[in-house]
Amino acid sequence: MSDQGPVPAGTPQLKSLNCPNCGATLTLRTFGQAVTVVCAGCHSILDAQDPRLKILQTFQVATGEDRPLIPLGTRGTIRGTKYEAIGFQRRSIRVDGIPYSWHEYVLFNPYQGFRYLTEYDGHWNDTSPLRSLPSLGRVGNTLTYLGETYQHFQTANATTSFVLGEFPWQVRVGESVEVSDYVSPPRVISSEKTGNEVTWSMGEYIAGRDLWKAFQLAGDAPAPIGVFENQPSPLRANVRTTWTMVTVFLTLLVALAVAVYSTARDEPVFEDSYSYNTNVRGEASFVTDMFELKGHTSDVVLTTSADVDNNWIYLNYALINEDTGHAYDFGREVSYYHGHDADGSWSEGGQKDSVTLPSVAPGHYYLRIEPESDPHHGNISYRVALRRDVPQIGFFWLGGLLLLIPALLISWRSMNFEHLRWAESDYGGAPSASFLGAVESAVSSVKDSMDGGDE
Amino acid sequence: MTQPSANCPNCGAKVTFRWSASVQTVCEYCKSILIRTDLNLEKVGQVADLPPNSSPIQVGTEGVYGSHAFVAIGRIIYEYDQGNWNEWHLMMNNGTSGWLSDAQDEYVVTFAAPGRKLPKECRVGQQYAWDKETYVVATITKAHYRGVEGELPFQYWNKVDVVFVDLMTQAGKFATIDYSDEDPALYLGESVQFDSLKLKNLRTFEGWS
Repeated sequence: MSDQGPVPAGTPQLKSLNCPNCGATLTLRTFGQAVTVVCAGCHSILDAQDPRLKILQTFQVATGEDRPLIPLGTRGTIRGTKYEAIGFQRRSIRVDGIPYSWHEYVLFNPYQGFRYLTEYDGHWNDTSPLRSLPSLGRVGNTLTYLGETYQHFQTANATTSFVLGEFPWQVRVGESVEVSDYVSPPRVISSEKTGNEVTWSMGEYIAGRDLWKAFQLAGDAPAPIGVFENQPSPLRANVRTTWTMVTVFLTLLVALAVAVYSTARDEPVFEDSYSYNTNVRGEASFVTDMFELKGHTSDVVLTTSADVDNNWIYLNYALINEDTGHAYDFGREVSYYHGHDADGSWSEGGQKDSVTLPSVAPGHYYLRIEPESDPHHGNISYRVALRRDVPQIGFFWLGGLLLLIPALLISWRSMNFEHLRWAESDYGGAPSASFLGAVESAVSSVKDSMDGGDE
Repeated sequence: MTQPSANCPNCGAKVTFRWSASVQTVCEYCKSILIRTDLNLEKVGQVADLPPNSSPIQVGTEGVYGSHAFVAIGRIIYEYDQGNWNEWHLMMNNGTSGWLSDAQDEYVVTFAAPGRKLPKECRVGQQYAWDKETYVVATITKAHYRGVEGELPFQYWNKVDVVFVDLMTQAGKFATIDYSDEDPALYLGESVQFDSLKLKNLRTFEGWS
């Protein structure tokens, strides 16, 4: 600066003026940046650039005065910068003849400029103008900004229906602009079209309680009603973590299954064939030769094959430990029926049955077998085979299923949230991309865990 | 570095130039608009009272853009139907001059980009490509020249109505075509965050410190 002469620019002062319509005192808080200012006393819209505050418009408050939840003149810190609430407007749209209204707050900092807060049913957005152009998607109902895709949500004519305080543009009650919203929660990109000029802004969802803290407002922020267009799904993060964990556990489960498969011996220990004459009445039970179950305690699979044909055989088994006398008693039925009827051929059952005894100690064993069937059906041949240490896949399927249930449940709830969001849109339902959102995030978390990412 | 200086032909006050390439300046005392000639200063006009303006920037504000420090040494003020804005003339530390536009605290840094082919007139939505960037016409502003202050790289004082065309890209680049002369002038640059300019020697505002 020059070491001589006057300072070219002094310290801008706050100005108090009187409303030329009603005489009420007006405080101008933006040091001349505002273009219009609204008298709180008589609702005259005044030319803030004119030292005499020329009246531009007077409007009747038809539906009762709206009181800003953040009183004008209140200061609060947003993203590290202090802002003062200086303007407030209500805008309304009509959808199927039903009016919907939201509120917009103009915030001001003499260095950082203007910023906006919007509020609808307790849902808040922190909004700033875009510094570059978004690109419209090829399909026409999406746009891309900084690599992120936004889904078109709604286009409507928004009409200003109530104003208070200062505005950095020519505000008038009754004026409308075409507003389009494109969402990618927690963000929303809005375009406002006046004539052929389009202005773009980006809003980010912000919790009311955070604003109440920032502006040190009394009481509690009004609870949000319903699901808002760019409200982040509280489940989305859960969906991701759940699927990540499920992926980790499923991987472990598969590794375990592979380990079990590769170490299981699947060893045949006994096999023999028998015949049961149903024509002979009397005691049919008998015992087999002895065999040895070696190694560690393991499962034992007993397979019964019988040449039943429109017939059945029931076998009472006892696997008896010769050393301890401990017996495993169980019964198995092999039945096979088939034939023809009006619907064609049918069959039921089969000629083979398998059963698993989960954990049998090593030792010397024999089987006691007692066959039963309908009398006078001739001879039934059957074969009994025993294997030990057989890998069991069933447990792994069950484990996998148990893991998937909570993940699917939470994904379903997340889809429900998206459904509520999109029910309010121009489309009445979620675009397919959004329905796939849960699946998408599942896939990406799988990918993350593969990459070793830790989101 | 010695700064060239002379006396105001109107009031006799000492007039110092911060930038040797400045063509025009305004006397801080009597607000005469002065043009540098080979030998002397010539008064070509008078600045009327400037409109109340609350740009946080002032003549003497210093900052950094990219790898270059700068100081604001002059400005042009325009008025339009949404208020007024300033085009601050920056003297960059590499000897070139740049512009920092402040419209309601929206900041854009641009540099003169001569030699490009420019349209005689354009409409909102039209696209132009310069330096491999595609610019889209975003706004067309009819403005009034309202006044000047400090040093400028060209003569600029007897304007009335001027038209500016602002263009944007998808990558945050910004272009302005200034139609105030017979030959339109292009300025290319980008929109910038206030904090990124690391401005010093700003104005202070009552109630904000």
